[in-house]
Amino acid sequence: MDGGDEGVVVAPIGDESMCSNGGAVDDPRRPPASSGKAAAGGGEQMDLEAYVALYTGRTRVSRLLFIAERCGNEGMQLEALRMAHDEIKKGEDSHLYREVIAKIGGRLGPLYALDQTWVDMVDRRAEARKEKLENELNSYKTNLIKESIRMGFNDLADFFYAHGQLGDAFKNYVRTRDYCTSSKHISQMCLNVILVSIELGQFMHVSNYVSKAEQAPEQVDPITHSKLRCAAGLAYMETKKYKLAARKFLETGPELGNNYTDVIAQQDVATYGGLCALASFDRTELKNKVIDNINFRNFLELVPEVRELINDFYASRYASCLEYLENLKPNLLLDIHLHDHVETLYTDIRHKAIIQYTHPFISVDLHTMAGAFKTSVAGLEKELEALITDDKIQARIDSHNKILYARHADQRNATFQRVLQTGVEFERDVRSMLMRANLIKQESILRAARKL
Amino acid sequence: MAMESVEAVVAHIQGLSGSQEEVAHLHSLLKQSEDALRSQAARLGAFFHQLDPSVHTLGYLFLLEAYSSDPVCREQDGDFLLSIVEFINSCSAEQIRLAPEKFISVCKSFKDKVMQLQVPIQGIVPLRTAIRKLQASSEQLTTLHSDYLLLCLLAKCYKAGLSILDDDIFEVDQPRDLFLYCYYGGMINIGLKRYRKAWECLHNVITAPMTTLNAIAVEAYKKYILVSIILSGQVPLFPKYTSSTAQRNLKSHTQPYVDLANCYATGTFSELEGCIQTNLEKFQSDSNLGLVKQVLSSLYKRNIQRLTQTYLTLSLQDIANAAQLKTPREAEMHVLQMIQDGEIFATINQKDGMVSFHEDPEQYITCGMIEHIDSSIHRLMALSKKLGSLDEHMSCDPAYLTRIGKERPRFDFDEFDSVPHKFL
Repeated sequence: MDGGDEGVVVAPIGDESMCSNGGAVDDPRRPPASSGKAAAGGGEQMDLEAYVALYTGRTRVSRLLFIAERCGNEGMQLEALRMAHDEIKKGEDSHLYREVIAKIGGRLGPLYALDQTWVDMVDRRAEARKEKLENELNSYKTNLIKESIRMGFNDLADFFYAHGQLGDAFKNYVRTRDYCTSSKHISQMCLNVILVSIELGQFMHVSNYVSKAEQAPEQVDPITHSKLRCAAGLAYMETKKYKLAARKFLETGPELGNNYTDVIAQQDVATYGGLCALASFDRTELKNKVIDNINFRNFLELVPEVRELINDFYASRYASCLEYLENLKPNLLLDIHLHDHVETLYTDIRHKAIIQYTHPFISVDLHTMAGAFKTSVAGLEKELEALITDDKIQARIDSHNKILYARHADQRNATFQRVLQTGVEFERDVRSMLMRANLIKQESILRAARKL
Repeated sequence: MAMESVEAVVAHIQGLSGSQEEVAHLHSLLKQSEDALRSQAARLGAFFHQLDPSVHTLGYLFLLEAYSSDPVCREQDGDFLLSIVEFINSCSAEQIRLAPEKFISVCKSFKDKVMQLQVPIQGIVPLRTAIRKLQASSEQLTTLHSDYLLLCLLAKCYKAGLSILDDDIFEVDQPRDLFLYCYYGGMINIGLKRYRKAWECLHNVITAPMTTLNAIAVEAYKKYILVSIILSGQVPLFPKYTSSTAQRNLKSHTQPYVDLANCYATGTFSELEGCIQTNLEKFQSDSNLGLVKQVLSSLYKRNIQRLTQTYLTLSLQDIANAAQLKTPREAEMHVLQMIQDGEIFATINQKDGMVSFHEDPEQYITCGMIEHIDSSIHRLMALSKKLGSLDEHMSCDPAYLTRIGKERPRFDFDEFDSVPHKFL
């Protein structure tokens, strides 16, 4: 399974045993779904090789390290660390290498112990290269040729990036800005900065540079455009603006292909976009922008579970929708960008499902509803109580017969009540205001009298 | 200025109490003889029967004031109270208003005597008459107002205080009067369980303009916190117009109460009880313990009221659990009390142990309601007009115009100038 294949990857995230779409019914082999921060041992085993094959560059290593940290399963952890090690050895980053070796701690045998000679060699090479680049840059600066200065800074930044010094890489990419002459240069610079910012986790810069790139005078080419959309979507997601994130992801065109694998894979676009949309869009938007969206359909094909769960939600098959979500959860918790948003998104989706369920009815039997949502009546009652108190559902619970009755406030009475209340408050405020004005007048008279 | 003898003064009084000019002349004469009267206070008692309080009010007042300011006379005269009461009942209001301080001082000594003899109830009716006579209009606050309310509080005749309290006050002579008046007013309303009115009175105390903190404001703030919690479950922030002195200092002097308010906000009953226990002596020494107990029971009420928003029917057991009561029986008692007080609308089905909550049955279609709305509208329009006229009046005030004239930016000469140049 090569990472280079375009879109011909079978069920990349998820259990290999789940080969039929939507067939997520009880699989006796699969232990009960685990919840919580770390996927407990015995949960869905992610196919690490397939997963990592989707990405290139530094993000591969970051993701592997993240998985190793979070997966809680020793076998998987060692596997991830091993793959990370191999990946790093292909590159030039000695700090990261040392980190990984420390994490492995000798558990993988002598082949994965600290190879000091390699480290020294890499460091020496790096020193030499750095000197060379800096000399070149200085000579360009004295020559004052814009284009070569720009290339010089760019090369230096690339070098720092390869060597893991992300802060310096960022600074140097930003410095090329002053020497950009064409809009192509500008978009290239912006993309570089965005890449480093995502690695550093500074998503404010990401949004800044996305808008900078889009303001370029000439039209950007479609691939760059899609890349920028994805980056913007990621930035919004990290700042918890799920609706805007969803919109950005949904606008990403299929031209993205595998061109942005050093940041995001196509499956991720589908997952992030789908989940954010489900948590924040209303029904019309969901239908127009997600289900009827031809471009996005291409992405959804890659992650059939997300496609199925969106369709289930729209068709009110809540039980199966929620089940898909539960199945996806362990793997999503291992995703470097999504993991701290999973809980919020899931709660939002669940609440939306409950609200949508009760919306068309005047009365709902809580037993049926509990069955549809696969919870107990008591638990459901608690959830409904919270939603009613937050004014998301207009209804009342008949706890004796376990029925939920829709309740529409009587506008006329409410208006009268408000009016009378406003009158009372006005009267009270004006009266005390007049009295205070009088007091202040007395005081000023006193003061004037004293002055005289 | 000869030191006239008392007999001469009395003769003057009798002679010059006819028309207004005569009374004015008498007034100046009396002012000159003040010292003489005071020095001979002991002898004055004999002269009162020569004068008729309703006609010779001003003179009688001066004599009475000199007489009552002498402590020896006060102690010895058994009929002191009676004579003052008689005077108040029969005096003429216009003449009183010529020498209001004297009148006030007479009434104050009256009040002191009544309190000393521990029969505050005797002082209530006379003082009310006194207030009515002293006031130029029912919107004016006099120093006697607070004394009156104090007597009502001591005598526990809260209803008597209502007739004075229900007047709207707009004119105030002495800011200090206002503080005491509103504070006592708040206490009377609390006694009558009119918490909204009490809140208004106490609110006026703490938001009144003040440059230095005074003890009345501190005490008022303590009660204000408690009443706010009972009414709405939280203490509102200081409005913008509160003086900065109050905003900065009130909280630091009333720490136990602020803690109580924070404790209440968390909502658990046991925590609240614990908080009350730790500060028990402080509450007791401020004599606020009764209010604090009511705060405690209001916590239940608030929890139950929240339930009415989410449930149509609920078992007594569930109510007990939600409101942290111990048994369904207690829950039933509380719900029953709330239904009787009109705080919630519900029916209890004892057979099933269920409570059904209903909507407010008020439909706003009865004649009584229409009348209420109509009178409210008229009242508010009158108030609005008053506010407008005050604003107009102030815009013509020279001091205001001078200030505005100084502060406005310098325009060109041909710009429209809204402030006449003479005010610059």
